[in-house]
Amino acid sequence: MNDQPVVTAENLSLTFETSDGPVHALKDVNLEVHKGDFVSFIGPSGCGKTTFLRVMADLEQQTAGTITVNGVSPEEARKSRAYGYVFQAAGLYPWRTIGGNIRLPLEIMGYDKADQDQRVKRVLELVDLAGFEKKFPWQLSGGMQQRASIARALAFDADILLMDEPFGALDEIVRDHLNEQLLSLWDKTHKTICFVTHSIPEAVYLSTKIVVMSPRPGRITDVIDSPLPRERPLEIRDTPEFIEIAHRVRDGLRAGHGDD
Amino acid sequence: MRNLLPVLTVVAAIIALWYGAAIMLNSTWAQDKATRAGTTLSMTELITDTWSQKKPKLPVPHQVAAEIWQTTVEKKITSKRSLIYHAGITFSSTMLGFVMGTALGIALAIGIVFNRTMDMSVMPWVIASQTIPILAIAPMIIVVLNAVGISGLLPKAMISMYLSFFPVVVGMVKGLRSPSHMQLDQMRTWHASASQTFWRLRLPSSMPYLFTSLKVAMAASLVGAIVGELPTGAVAGLGARLLAGSYYGQTIQIWSALVMAAALAAGLVSIIGLVQRLTLKRMGMA
Ligand SMILES: Nc1ncnc2c1ncn2[C@@H]1O[C@H](COP(=O)(O)OP(=O)(O)O)[C@@H](O)[C@H]1O
Ligand SMILES: [Mg+2]
Repeated sequence: MNDQPVVTAENLSLTFETSDGPVHALKDVNLEVHKGDFVSFIGPSGCGKTTFLRVMADLEQQTAGTITVNGVSPEEARKSRAYGYVFQAAGLYPWRTIGGNIRLPLEIMGYDKADQDQRVKRVLELVDLAGFEKKFPWQLSGGMQQRASIARALAFDADILLMDEPFGALDEIVRDHLNEQLLSLWDKTHKTICFVTHSIPEAVYLSTKIVVMSPRPGRITDVIDSPLPRERPLEIRDTPEFIEIAHRVRDGLRAGHGDD
Repeated sequence: MRNLLPVLTVVAAIIALWYGAAIMLNSTWAQDKATRAGTTLSMTELITDTWSQKKPKLPVPHQVAAEIWQTTVEKKITSKRSLIYHAGITFSSTMLGFVMGTALGIALAIGIVFNRTMDMSVMPWVIASQTIPILAIAPMIIVVLNAVGISGLLPKAMISMYLSFFPVVVGMVKGLRSPSHMQLDQMRTWHASASQTFWRLRLPSSMPYLFTSLKVAMAASLVGAIVGELPTGAVAGLGARLLAGSYYGQTIQIWSALVMAAALAAGLVSIIGLVQRLTLKRMGMA
């Protein structure tokens, strides 16, 4: 059950043709993500993390190689609403309440009204925002808005969650808290999560699999399967195992930089 | 209070200049009159005369105010001499033209945003339409429509529409395109249809642009209505008052019609401004 591949990429490449010549955003990327994995993508900016996520989401098309999501092409996966995507900015509509924002994808996907109400209530509880349904986005802090946007991605039945630096704009204290919540959410919902970050502790703390990437051309330099248990209190960050993995990630990042 | 003082100062300066200019412009007539009567005018007599002529080159504010008072408060609304009656006629074609222009503008903008061919083909025509002087085509519209049996409100409203659809097209194209790449990508991840994206994202996002366009369109629509009244043989409306006034040298009547038109424009535009503030505030966009 745990080794069913959810995402399979083989020799995946994507070259953007720009006026300054081709940009190799991804080059020969091979990766397998299994059901229930929490995968972090880490690397310096410009190494193709966002691009890889966008290819999975069918927001960008590869120029070579193959990729399947849930066994089908990204386009089919997108059309069957197989994933929820959380962008770096919460992107809530100011004219809708928090509840109305979470309801938005449900309306689009045609869930009936009673089901919508029940789902909104459930995901608001899941992200610890119960009671904020009637509030407007401007009445919430940045961290709360980002939680609402995660709730929005959780509201429909997608078993994959793609997150592109969702906490990148938040301060460290809020971030720690959200990371803890995200883990418990992952535990409760059994989703497969692909998470982009450029923070080493964040990647190590959250992931079962850490994908280290390097730029020019964007490629994978190391894939680390974390030996840490699923249960992770924040203090786990002071254990020798944690520090060891963090070291390996750092070495991977340095190696990627060494050869340009 | 602190904002009021500079405003009042400017108003006072304008009024002072106005009275001064009236003395200069109207004194020739006063002097001629005096010469013909074989008298000479003292300074006070000259000033009093220039400020109280029947057909001055430039009427002074209190003359215009008195005329407006007489033709609004002291006349029945149904009277042909009531300024409110004429303003009402201009107002109805302004509003009809404004509604038609807004509808046309929004429809064209939707076409332009959703259809590449329309984007390429319609926009140049929209811009070209505004380079033709309205005074040149207004009589043609009236005459052509009259020939096919359409007269009254509609031809004038068509001219208003012709002027008012333009700011709406330009503003709404920009507004409907204002959602960010991220917001549009988000819709794509949900596999939203074009119409879902339109109703839930593009249209609400365009509201600030729409209201700004509507203010310009309303003012343009009023100009269109007045221009449309000029070639109708001066039957009714503020434009007709302007025309009749200039036929008979009734400068006071011209000026009071102008003031009325300005007040109407200011009133209509500020109503839109009020709706704009309330709407955008409710939408969390102000
Ligand atoms: N739409 C695009 N057109 C051209 N180049 C792009 C585009 N999107 C990304 N790139 C380039 O591809 C590379 C990888 O970008 P990205 O995936 O955003 O990196 P990351 O998310 O790891 O910072 C960068 O060099 C970036 O400039
Ligand atoms: Mg990125």
